[in-house]
Amino acid sequence: MKYDVIVIGGGVTGCAILRELSKYNLKIALFEKEEDLCSGTSKANSAIIHAGYDAKNGSLKAKFNVRGSILTKKLAEDLNFSYRNNGSFVVCFNEEDLPGLTELYERGVKNKVEGLQIINGDKARELEPNLSKNVVAALYAPSAAIVCPFEMTIALGENAVMNGAEIFLNKPVNDIKKINDYYLINGQYETKYIINAAGLYGDVIHNLICDDKIIISPRKGDYCLFDKEVGSLVKHTIFQLPNKFGKGVLVAPTAHGNMLIGPSASDVEDKEASATTSEDLEMIIEKAKLSVDNIPFNKVITSFSGLRARPEGDDFIIREANDNFFDVIGIESPGLSSAPAIGEYVSEYVATKLNAEKKENFLSKRKGLNKLNKMPLEQRASLIKENPLYGNIICRCEEISEGEIVDAIHSIVPATSLDAIKRRVRAGMGRCQGGFCSPKVMEIIARELNIPFEDVTKNNAKSKLVFGRLGEE
Amino acid sequence: MKYDVVIIGGGPAGLAAALAVKKEGVDNILIIERDDKLGGILNQCIHNGFGLHTFKEELTGPEYANRFAQKVIEEKIAYKLNCMVISVSDDKKVTYVSKEDGLNIVEAKAIILAMGCRERPRGALNIPGFRPAGIYSAGTAQRLMNIEGYKVGNEVVILGSGDIGLIMARRMTLEGAKVKCVAELMPYSGGLKRNIVQCLNDYNIPLLLSHTVVDIKGKERVSSVVVAEVDENRKPIKGTEKEFKCDTLLLSVGLLPENELSKLANVELSRVTSGPIVSDNFETNVNGIFACGNVLHVHDLVDYVSSEAELAGTYAAKYVKENTAHNSYINVEVKDGVRYTVPQKIDIDNMADRIIVRFRVSNEYRNKRIVVLKNNEEIRSIKKKVLAPGEMEQLFLSKDELKDAKTLCVCLKENQ
Repeated sequence: MKYDVIVIGGGVTGCAILRELSKYNLKIALFEKEEDLCSGTSKANSAIIHAGYDAKNGSLKAKFNVRGSILTKKLAEDLNFSYRNNGSFVVCFNEEDLPGLTELYERGVKNKVEGLQIINGDKARELEPNLSKNVVAALYAPSAAIVCPFEMTIALGENAVMNGAEIFLNKPVNDIKKINDYYLINGQYETKYIINAAGLYGDVIHNLICDDKIIISPRKGDYCLFDKEVGSLVKHTIFQLPNKFGKGVLVAPTAHGNMLIGPSASDVEDKEASATTSEDLEMIIEKAKLSVDNIPFNKVITSFSGLRARPEGDDFIIREANDNFFDVIGIESPGLSSAPAIGEYVSEYVATKLNAEKKENFLSKRKGLNKLNKMPLEQRASLIKENPLYGNIICRCEEISEGEIVDAIHSIVPATSLDAIKRRVRAGMGRCQGGFCSPKVMEIIARELNIPFEDVTKNNAKSKLVFGRLGEE
Repeated sequence: MKYDVVIIGGGPAGLAAALAVKKEGVDNILIIERDDKLGGILNQCIHNGFGLHTFKEELTGPEYANRFAQKVIEEKIAYKLNCMVISVSDDKKVTYVSKEDGLNIVEAKAIILAMGCRERPRGALNIPGFRPAGIYSAGTAQRLMNIEGYKVGNEVVILGSGDIGLIMARRMTLEGAKVKCVAELMPYSGGLKRNIVQCLNDYNIPLLLSHTVVDIKGKERVSSVVVAEVDENRKPIKGTEKEFKCDTLLLSVGLLPENELSKLANVELSRVTSGPIVSDNFETNVNGIFACGNVLHVHDLVDYVSSEAELAGTYAAKYVKENTAHNSYINVEVKDGVRYTVPQKIDIDNMADRIIVRFRVSNEYRNKRIVVLKNNEEIRSIKKKVLAPGEMEQLFLSKDELKDAKTLCVCLKENQ
């Protein structure tokens, strides 16, 4: 098979690039090694669209973050993913840390972040009543936002497919060869151009074909997610100003109305070591208490851990590393915020290089899946009349119907596992964490995909949920 | 549609409540059930031991449920299956959705909350480690085995010695799985004594008290679980870790009354039980909204659920007939080892001649007395050799002995 461009990696960066590339007359595809998009770093992070004051002036991080945060707002409307412009605070607890806050403010102004303001503790508590009495001052960034990273990544990928891109799941890249003026991937796929957006494995892909060898190291971050009952404890994303005691953790609402605390930052060796540890969980709990009073820690519904793809230097690596081979790696924070802008930049670069023209009939909008519990009652009632499956509630905590799950299974990038369903429609994401709905969701998956119940998985093929029928060996 | 009484939940509580309403002569009743049959969680409890109090015989869960369901059908009480209630308001409008009815709103003169409870998930304990397939709450595993008919695991570790966990230890063993151990954080079991004997001891399954899971290994499917001993503050003791090779971790770490709907109706909840605060007639703070069964407080025995629900049904019918409003209550205080009581408040003027007060203790105790204090004076003292949090206690109080009570308190005292 022959392509103009193959993107390796189905995280938010890869999908944003694919979506932007799909604006051009190019034959493009994306290869993802897991069974779904958004299965690596993109699925477990703070879900923040940063305002852009954090990154060093002149860095790629600064450039793409500020632009990305503007683009994300529009994308959320066009592609229908959850986005909330909730604003953020960076708080400090000591007078002696005030210069640090000012420095951040000035950096932000230079990065062209709009609306930044330093406010005193009382003013901050006026805006955010549960903020700790110990907060002395805060940098207020009204442009910061929160998103659903799953919805965002999948929306970008699906919109690309609507515009002719192909997405291959369960497709690891093990081999790249340069032959004349094209690359051959896995001995099978020819492409003029490769974009390496392989996240934690960005070094592995790079090293397959480039002479210089690089290292991407995983840095683990643990989080705790709270019941929606606690979702309104804070309205803004509350960061802590890094000080001599360390980097601090955030307390934030999520786009779906939960509350999130974290992350820790522990360097690990294994790129698959996404296990939480008691040390890290205890640390984030202790630190979160500093920012916000009265956090009900008995309302945690799950904890999880994500791995950041850490490059050797301080900045993103976004460059043509080899002839017609483009690295987009080391995309740690603010990677989610930057992805749309990275997509724009990389696709323009590649399209220019390949002399590609823009399509006239690009579909810039995607409807997305129906979310019945977000609809007015009349609309919901009429949809159930059209399709009674929307009346059969499967996940009672998040109030998700059979119809929505069936839609997800047959969506543009189909969901074929419990986790994939969870990421698209939130069945199993609620307070009982799938206790009631997972057997029912498994039944629906088995029925819709016409596979045996025992072949339904949590995520990839090795994550089988049951071991065959009782009484059979 | 308008009903006299709408009952949310067709499990043991809802069914017994409905029958009692009917018995009181109130006919316009509707039971709304989310599952595809009546009986609730009993349908997956295929072991026996149900009904010893109610029917003086040992039934399986489905048999017990069926006796009530049959009566509901005989009494021609209306019920709807596969219907999920999505909201209840304090003016007693109930909104539900289903395939057949779409989105529908029914009105009621009285509502009985009987939604039951859910299991606490792993997150509530913040157990560190991976998040692979093979971690189930005991009830989910029970459903996968007993309703769907699938083998959930071959080598199993169970965390928590709640009754469902104990029952599942036996169930999985009988289906050929090897249950390596049951770890319990507390120094005592959270389950019934009889279940420890019949489900663990009889099968030589070790119960590790004061132990917890400190790590879960395996990226795709559970490959092992690390268990460690905990100190008196329930913190793991370094150096006591033991790794158990297994493919499945079952969690039986507590049940939580499911009161999201109650909150929408502005029903006041107890911080201790997580269920509504009710008076001796099982009415919540919202007039005409009653609660019973596991949504009110978690029970060990379904027989108690049935008898409690029967009372709630009777009072709900009475409310419909007489439209009585009660406003003067005394609170039942608790202290010294008693965690809570149900009811939490009593309307002494309007109470029945005799009421049952159910409660749980907060620790394992030996040689104590259950004491009832009226106006700070002992009016009741019951000697108890053993008291445990896993076993619900009950005492009967009569209207006569509560007469002129200004304060009322249930507590434990030393056995003199």
